[in-house]
This record gives sequence, C-alpha cells and structure tokens, in this order.
Amino acid sequence: MLSDQDRIFTNLYGLHSPGLDAAKKRGAWDGTKFLLDMGRDWIIDEMKGSGLRGRGGAGFPTGLKWSFMPKKSDGRPHYLVVNADESEPGTCKDREIMRHDPHLLIEGCMLASFAMGAHACYVYLRGEYVAEKFALQKAVDEAYAARLVGQSNVHDYPFDIYVHHGAGAYICGEETALIESLEGKKGMPRLKPPFPANMGLYGCPTTVNNVESIAVAGTILRRGGAWFAGLGGKNNTGTKLFCVSGHVNKPCNVEEELGITFRELIDKHCGGMRGGWDNLLCSIPGGSSVPLVPAEQIIDAKMDFDTLRNLGSGLGTAAVIVLDKSTDIVGAIARISYFYKHESCGQCTPCREGTGWMWRVLTRMAAGRAQKREIDMLLEVTKQVEGHTICALGDAAAWPIQGLIRHYRSEIEKRIDQYSANPHSDAVPMAAE
Amino acid sequence: MTKILVDGTEVDVPADYTLLQACEIAGAEIPRFCFHERLSIAGNCRMCLVELKGAPKPVASCAYAVKDCRPGPNGEPPEVVTRSGLTKKAREGVMEFLLINHPLDCPICDQGGHCDLQDQAMAYGVDSTRYHENKRAVEEKYIGPLVRTAMNRCIHCTRCVRFLAEVAGVPDLGAIGRGEDMEITSYLEQAMGSELQGNVADLCPVGALVHKPQSYNVRPWELHKTESIDVMDAVGSAIRVDARGREVMQIEPRVSEEINEEWISDKTRHVVDGLRLQRLDRPFLRENGRLRPASWGEAFSAIAAKLKGADPKRVGALVGDLAGAEEIFALKALMGSLGVTNLDARQTGEAIDPAWGRTAYTFGPTIPGIEAADAILLVGTNPRTEASLLNVRIRKRWRMAPLAVGLILDEQPDLTYPYTYLGAGTDTLASLAKGEHSFLDILKKAERPLIIVGEGGLGALGAAAALAKDIGAVTDGWNGFGVLHTAAARVGALDLGFVPGEGGRGFSAMLEPNALDVVFNLGADERAIPAGAFVIYQGTHGDTGASRADVILPGAAYTEKSATYVNLEGRVQTTNRAGFPPGDAREDWAILRALSDVLGKRLPYDSLAALRKAMYAEHPHLAAVGAVEPSDAAAALETLAALPGRTEKAAFASPIADFYLTNPIARASRVLAECSGLARGRALEAAE
Repeated sequence: MLSDQDRIFTNLYGLHSPGLDAAKKRGAWDGTKFLLDMGRDWIIDEMKGSGLRGRGGAGFPTGLKWSFMPKKSDGRPHYLVVNADESEPGTCKDREIMRHDPHLLIEGCMLASFAMGAHACYVYLRGEYVAEKFALQKAVDEAYAARLVGQSNVHDYPFDIYVHHGAGAYICGEETALIESLEGKKGMPRLKPPFPANMGLYGCPTTVNNVESIAVAGTILRRGGAWFAGLGGKNNTGTKLFCVSGHVNKPCNVEEELGITFRELIDKHCGGMRGGWDNLLCSIPGGSSVPLVPAEQIIDAKMDFDTLRNLGSGLGTAAVIVLDKSTDIVGAIARISYFYKHESCGQCTPCREGTGWMWRVLTRMAAGRAQKREIDMLLEVTKQVEGHTICALGDAAAWPIQGLIRHYRSEIEKRIDQYSANPHSDAVPMAAE
Repeated sequence: MTKILVDGTEVDVPADYTLLQACEIAGAEIPRFCFHERLSIAGNCRMCLVELKGAPKPVASCAYAVKDCRPGPNGEPPEVVTRSGLTKKAREGVMEFLLINHPLDCPICDQGGHCDLQDQAMAYGVDSTRYHENKRAVEEKYIGPLVRTAMNRCIHCTRCVRFLAEVAGVPDLGAIGRGEDMEITSYLEQAMGSELQGNVADLCPVGALVHKPQSYNVRPWELHKTESIDVMDAVGSAIRVDARGREVMQIEPRVSEEINEEWISDKTRHVVDGLRLQRLDRPFLRENGRLRPASWGEAFSAIAAKLKGADPKRVGALVGDLAGAEEIFALKALMGSLGVTNLDARQTGEAIDPAWGRTAYTFGPTIPGIEAADAILLVGTNPRTEASLLNVRIRKRWRMAPLAVGLILDEQPDLTYPYTYLGAGTDTLASLAKGEHSFLDILKKAERPLIIVGEGGLGALGAAAALAKDIGAVTDGWNGFGVLHTAAARVGALDLGFVPGEGGRGFSAMLEPNALDVVFNLGADERAIPAGAFVIYQGTHGDTGASRADVILPGAAYTEKSATYVNLEGRVQTTNRAGFPPGDAREDWAILRALSDVLGKRLPYDSLAALRKAMYAEHPHLAAVGAVEPSDAAAALETLAALPGRTEKAAFASPIADFYLTNPIARASRVLAECSGLARGRALEAAE
C-alpha cells in the first residue's frame, strides 16, 4: 500500500483549496526554475528513468515519447497537447486532477513543453467537463498573474497555455482526432504515419499526452526518476490513479502503487465487495474498452500493465469496473457495445458498419433472441473489425465482446436455450428505420 | 529509389510512392473505393488493406508510403503480400461490412454494369450474407439538378466531398452525423454551386450519386461508345459520346492529361438533350415572311438565284463558334471562287489579326504548362466560365504551392482560388505596367510568369504583350503569354485565315445596316443580323440565326460528324461521328460541296478524305492531330508589343454572360436551362 509521503496527488479529494497558494504549500511550482535549468536532456532522461508509462490507456513510455520530438526545430513550432478528453466509461481521474490539483498539471505542461522545445500547450477538455474547464482556467489565470507562465515569466522560458473546450465526442480522445478537432475540423482520426511527433497540430511536431502523465512530471522530476521507479514493479513503475466503480461498497478514486492486487485495492480503499468476495462475477479492469476478466482470474491479480495483458485484458486507464453476480453480463456488454456504436466517427468502413452490427446482435443475445451459431459469427465479426481500422476505436469496440465470448459463452447459450424453450409470438415485422 | 518486395517480386520505386502504387508497378491488383489518383488520400474504405511483413496488422496500402516501411533485420527490402490469407480475409471482411447496409437494388440501379462495388464484390467478396438485422435507410438528398442521390447505397468513401473541396473548389458537400448515421449532404440540401458537379457522379464508386438527367434511361451495355472531343468551349475536352441507336444518351469524360485530366464541365456533359431538341432536320425557305419546309433542290436554287449576279462586295460570310475546320475551309474556298472578301469567323475577339502569328491567338504555355507557372495575371478573363477546365488547372497549381494571381476585369468573380484584384480595365493595365502596383514586382520576380489575355482584354493585347515582354514572360523553354478563347471554332478559323480579305468587311462591319445584300451564315447565332440582307443560315438548331434566315440548310452537330477543331492551345483534334444527323440534315462540308455544284463553282473534293488532303496541303500543321505546333513566341511578342495601344479608358468584360447558355446547342437543352436558372438565383442571392 502506498504510503502518504509518496502520494503525488495530495489534494485528490478536494479537501484543501485548489488555489495557487495552497498548491505551492503542497509542493507545486517548487524549484521549477531549477528543474528547467537542468536542461532538456536531463528532464527526458529522468522521465525515461522513472519508467512512467502513459496514463491514457496505451501505456507507452512517456519519456520515450518525449524523446521522439525533433531535437532542433526546423522552423516549425513544436506543440504540446494535453489530452483531457477523458471519455472512457468508468474513467474519472483527470477530472479530479483538474478540479483539485490543477497546478500540478500546469507545472507539468511547462516542464514537458520545455523538454520538447514547445512554447505553446493546448489542453483539450472534454465537452462535458464544464466545471473542470472553469477550475482549470482559473488556475491558468492564477499562474499567468503570478508570472509562472506567459511570454515573460519567472522561469525565463516563454510559454503559453491554452484551455480548449471540446464538443463532447469520445473519438476526440484519440490523439489525431483530437488534433483535428483542435484545428477546428471534424473529429476524425488521421492516417498514421506520419505520426504527430512529425506532423501534428497545424502540421507541426506535436506530442499528445494524457493529463495524468503530464501532472505527475513535476513531482517525478523533483523527487527523481529513481524514486518513481522504486515504486511498483519492474516495467510497471510508480503510482497510478485508480477509478473504482461498480458493485463495491464505496466506489472511489485512489492513488495507489502499480502492482497492488485487485483484492487489496477493493478491500483497503473501497470498503470491500458488495456482498463479499464470493459475490464477484468479473471485473473490467481498464475502462470499458478492455476485455473483462472473470473473478477467479482477477481476484488476486496484480493491477499493472503486464499482468493484466497476460490475462488477456489490459490496465487501460485503470478504471476498474467491478461487477457482482447480480449483473446481466450480456446486457452490460451490449450496453458498452452501444456506446461504441454511438461514438464511432463513421470514417472507416469496419468500425462504421461493424459497431452497429455487433450491438444489434448482442442486444438480441441479451434477450436470447439469437441462434447459437451467431456467437461464432459475432466473434468473427469482432475479428474483422479489430486491427482493420484507422484508429483504435475499432479495437476498443471489439475487445469487450471478445472478452464476453471468451468467458461467458455458456451464459449466452443459456439465454438462447431459455428463450427458445418458451413460446414466443413472432415479432411484428417493422420497416427499417 | 527504394527496393520493395511485392508478392516475391522485387520492384524499385521512388521512396515517396505509396504501397498501392508499388503494388501496381509490380502488377498486383489492389481493390479500392475511396482512393482516387487525382484526389487526396482518405484511407477510409479499408478495401486496399495488404499484409506488410513485420507490421502488427494489415495496412491501408493507399495511405502507407514505401519510405515508412521498415527493412528486415538484415536490411532485406520490406515485403508486401497481397495474396496471403490475411489480406484475403481483410478484403472479405471489409467487403462484407460495405454490403451489409447496401441495398440489393442492383437491378434498378443506374450504376449497375459499371459499379465498382458490384465488380469488387464479385472478385473479393463472399457469396452469402450473414447479416440478418434491418438495413440502414437514409433519406435521399437534393443536391442539385444534375445529380440524383440514392443515399442508401452510399459507402461513405467521401470521393464526392473531396472532389468538390479540392478540384472544384466549392465547400458544398460534406458529411454530417457520425458512425453509421454519417450522411453525405449539402448544407440544408442546397444545390451544389459548381460548374463541375456532374463529375461527382462519375467518381461515385456505387450508385449513390447518379446523373439525374439520364437516370433510369440507359444501361452501359446497350450503348456504343465513340471517342470524341467537346466543343462547348475552346478547351476541347476529351469526351466519350455514348449513343443508343442513333440517339446520343450521355457524354462522359475521357482521360487526357494534356487537357481535362478526367473532368468535364456540366455544360459539356449535359448538353445531351440539346442535341435532340430544336433540331433543324430539313431545309427551310422563307416565303411571304414565313419559313416553310423545302427540299434541298429548292433551297439551293433559291440561293443560286440570289447569288447570281450579286456584287461580291455586297456578299458576306460569317462563321460561328461550333464550326469545324473542314466546313470553314470549304466555305472559304467557295467564297473565294465567288470573289467574296467579306469573311469573318470572329464573333468575339475581332481585334485579333492572324497575320501577327499564332502567338497572338493561342494559349502559349499550354494547359499542362500552367502547372509550371509561378505567378499569373488574368487580363479581361473569368477563366471559370470561359474555360472551366483551364481554371481547374490554375486551381490545381494553386493547391500545389502558393501562387500569386492578379485579375483585371470589370467584376470580381469567385475563381475558386484567391487572387489580387487589380482593377477593371485598360488604365489598370497601364498603371500596372508603369509599376504603380506591387503586383508588377511579383510578376518580375517570378521565374515563369504567365499572362492570360481573355477575349474581354483583347483590345489591350498590345499593352499586355508589352507587359509580358517587360516581365520576361517568354524565355527559352517558357512561353508565358496566352490568349484564352471561348469558342471551339475560333483558333481553327484563324489558322485557316477566315478573316476579311483585301478590302473586305469584318464581322461588325458586315452587321451594319445595309452593308450586304447576301449573308452566308455558318452557325453564327450570337450576334443579330440586321434586316435587309438575304440570309442563308447553315446550322443545327432553331436559334437566333435560323429565325433570321431566309434559307436554312440543316447541318450536323459535333457528335454527328468527323470534324477538326483546334483548341485554345492550338492543339489539333478531331471529333468522331457517334450518330447521324436527324432527318434531311447533312454533314456541313457536303452541303457546301453540293451548293458549290449548283452555283457552278464546284469544289474539287468529293470526300472528306479529299477535302482534308487539300486542307492539309495548305495548312500542314492541321494534319498533326493531337499536337500543338510550336511557334516563335518571342518574335511574335515583339510584333504585338509594337502594336499601337488603345488609349481610351475601357473596362474589360468577360464575353460570357451565362455559362450554361453560350451556344445554340446549350440553349436548346432543358437541363442546362435549369442550371442557368439556379445559377442566376444564386447570383441574385449573393448580390443581396
């Protein structure tokens, strides 16, 4: 269990003021100038040394990502874009950072921008985050007033930070769609390559990072990459915000060491399982886009990137959704499927057509109105979507269904049997909508 | 050059090629829907997925550059597999997704028979469906009078959107909604505001966008196709005329890199119904003030009676905008034998004298040459209406890299690319030449500046040539001086020298009251002939020229004869016969040949081949079909620059008032009349 002195987000619950003075007391903006004076290479090396993996879901090493930016500008400006379009169902960690610890984020933006030679940073907020927009904007204004950021600031590094409010589309959390949206276009993912580090915002080298990845940067640099690397396990270092939701007694956001077991996480922080551990059906450990893991596999599993990947799932954003045995698991996955159908941008064929198909079949299966052979067909359809799309939304739509079929095929079959065992009048034929 | 293995075959391609291009070079066929050579890459249909060794998932070959492929561990060239199980599976999957919401209405779909989806489903799809949900239904959209929509069939490739945004330069189409609710539409279902909108239906790989005027009328397999060229403007776009029986059903573009790439304007395409309406299908004779049908014999003897004993100085011959070189040549010979010197083919642009050399009346840089220009000055021309496809090239050039365009015209039209508006007329040109405008510096600094003089600016041809000389527009290897004509017949007629002979009257002089006793009018409909003269009209349509005529000789339209046209670049091209002229109408040269016999001045050719032989003997460059004869532009520019300039202040006006109704065939078309009405409405709206 993480000790209190190793916590990065010390105001996660908003018990203290999010204002600049209070944040400084908690350690934000402490010695930022000193860190900047250590130079770009030192910052990137420390970040690499910390082993921090991106907190947005994919888990790509952050320091490595920063090092992809061109060392020297070819005349084009560099940009840092912070992805605050936190829309993954189950995830609510960035929200708390922006509400209660916004200065950690702003300081991180400054450090990261400096490390990448960027003089401008855009924070792209999710459309629904209205209160967060005001909170973050207030903090940015405070930082400007205190000359911590701005064209001429106490750190001698010209740096502007802009808060941009999106319109509320899940797909705008995909980095290239986010860039498109920021440019004022329709939020549709771009083809890669070229990658944003080469051709990003307005065609300039850009790095897109998650809020949490950026917000932890200041503390990591202050305490040293080695401190961060000392927490958690190999390749899965540091602390992480877990967003536990679902059938636990006290759902919460909590900062914990990576590699904490599922059981410990729930028992220590969430008041235990609703109805005891025997009542656990399964968990979706990384936000709605990762496959579910049944109780017997997840219960003592370490919550980190590699363990969960080996379980055929993923840590994702560490949005742990806990489901107990009262759950209509097929219906739950069908609802997730509807989400992806609704949020598909419609650009490329497999996702546009496949998400609707999968949702419709699953909805029938949830009621048992299906044939058993359709289960294999559905699985094949998910495989036809997965890996054939421009961005990862196709994969995200396919994985929960693959997880369902992998672990709960019998449940689907049982429903089909139950449905066909009972008499039903034929559905009234309806014209296509 | 980079080496890459495609299905085991090693090919050497430029590093910036896409995998799709590399595969094509290696001879591997890649199916595609959204990809189009002349549009930006969208990569959204996913049909072109191929297996790239080392990549975790199949890649979209249309969007993946060869230079982005990683070589093997020991430096082996990257390997692409287009025939593997993975590729096959990916294609089948995408094809299945495309088809699940695609209606099974091929039997009533106009695209049937030339449908990419149909063809590729045959080649790459599976034979049965696994989709048993309801299919998506999408409302039809109104997007203009030329394109019918059946949006159920749309596969969201966005070719139409990209074409309009990139090539046509109007933002009228877009996609609304997302996911499976994404729909292609125009803003509030307005008609598309482009003169190139018909091309979106050509681009549509399925039957979602089809040509409205001929919808439900034709099937591709019942048409016989004739390669020809267009005469609606002086560009001479390459077209294919599709006829069923004797009736022309549709006109489609052909690929011609030199001229129209693969686009044609709506006027070119939808003039089809004009070819069958208002046709002159028999000779007519005016008796007691009314035209009555007559036989060829009657018509010829009426003409012979009038011409016999007529004073050649009181006889004149006019040639219109659509006449082929053959009939102009025959008419010139006939008039020559009668001693007539009142000849003119310049309905517009009378200022040009062919004696100044070809540079004075052709588009020197050629149309592909526009892509090399780095600054353009438009003098008295609105290329968008006068030569739409040439305007497309200018826009293409502008899209490649920033391009300075200056315009001198009495209006400020939307040219689909930004330009600097310099002023309205001669005084602007004069002050520009004097250096009173910074645009002169841009022209002087440009390596390959281009001055385009339209018919509206021909009055200042000398001044424009002087400016061209001053800025160094003509150098070794670059001819940056071009005259932009609007009529298909004009350059050919000037090549043939169909201009007033010694002591002859020009076009305007012939149209003065009581100037002539007899006028032979070969299809000139744009200018009114005053009362008094006896008018012989030879043409195709009952338009202004025919209504003023005393004798009408029905001729053949451009789809009904093989005729030579010289386009604005000076490129010699020929039309081909797709069908026969209606009723008693005949090919124009043959009418003139028959008339010459009646007049006792028999022309010495009995066949088209013999006529051409005679024509080629006099004008050898016309024999080189497809080519532009090079001319000495620098010397001609000297001559032009030395012309006495006009000093009075005059504004340059484009000769085209209504893009859709510029000639008798277009005016006979109902479809183009509707387009014209819509365009007028838009202009009024914009003016408010």
